[in-house]
Amino acid sequence: MNSSRFVLYLYDKNQIDNPTIMKIKEIAKLLDGRILGCQDNFEMEFHKAFSSDLMSDVLKVSFDDTLLITGLCNNQTMRTADMADVSVVIIGRDKRADEEMLELAEDSGITIIESPYSLFKISGILFSVGIMPLY
Amino acid sequence: MHYSFDIERGNFTDAGHASASVKRTLKQLNVEPASIKRIVVALYEAEINAVAHAYGGKIDVEIDPEKIVMIVADEGPGIPNVDLAMTEGWSTASPKVREMGFGAGMGLPNIKKNTDELKIDTKIGVGTTLTMTVYLNA
Ligand SMILES: Nc1ncnc2c1ncn2[C@@H]1O[C@H](COP(=O)(O)OP(=O)(O)OP(=O)(O)O)[C@@H](O)[C@H]1O
Ligand SMILES: [Mg+2]
Repeated sequence: MNSSRFVLYLYDKNQIDNPTIMKIKEIAKLLDGRILGCQDNFEMEFHKAFSSDLMSDVLKVSFDDTLLITGLCNNQTMRTADMADVSVVIIGRDKRADEEMLELAEDSGITIIESPYSLFKISGILFSVGIMPLY
Repeated sequence: MHYSFDIERGNFTDAGHASASVKRTLKQLNVEPASIKRIVVALYEAEINAVAHAYGGKIDVEIDPEKIVMIVADEGPGIPNVDLAMTEGWSTASPKVREMGFGAGMGLPNIKKNTDELKIDTKIGVGTTLTMTVYLNA
């Protein structure tokens, strides 16, 4: 496998100078997703994403213009997102946020996108359109 | 200003309510967003640990213009080896705790990183008290 292709892609200068910028509705469309929770973030622009099921991992990084992709679907997903200043949580693997999660999301200004796809597919799709990793 | 919260034994659903409440208060006080994040990440990790590894406890938060002091005191097994517990990646989290998204062994290192002062008092079979200080407008 030619892994240098990926390295070239990641550090493509043009990509860094002109990052792909996406809004919630475009992202949801790409991921065949359902938009729930806070409805006030539609004008926000995202150009990075971070994917993890480990909440302490999420709490370690900074989420400016960054999407959180996770397969973890419980109250602590919302609490962690709140503490980490995450505005959009993409929940993969066809999981459904329950009432309590939706309430927490609304209270803390978080938009949820539920997607039927695996985390690998979600990450792959967003990566392929130019959404950047954090590291 | 002083705030107190209870951490209920075994209640994973509610864990984080204290941190969320402190976050709201700090926002109202116009504390810098970067400081707010450090404070609430540390408090949240401590709150989760008190539920995940102990039998609940109590949180006391004191906010002054120059600093915030957060004391999280739990009743629990205590930490036999604090140096080991502070090591990134070291965890004794149960399968149930892992299912909730915790157990990376990153909580205490995260707390250390996000606070200006951290004191851990722990007694085997009694419990653990974390005293965390963050200076504001630093
Ligand atoms: N309040 C506590 N009472 C008893 N043991 C604790 C307590 N807090 C931490 N520990 C012990 O220290 C270990 C490391 O804690 P730390 O918070 O760093 O990681 P974790 O809780 O296992 O995983 P993470 O925080 O990444 O989800 C724990 O697995 C546990 O053995
Ligand atoms: Mg922990």
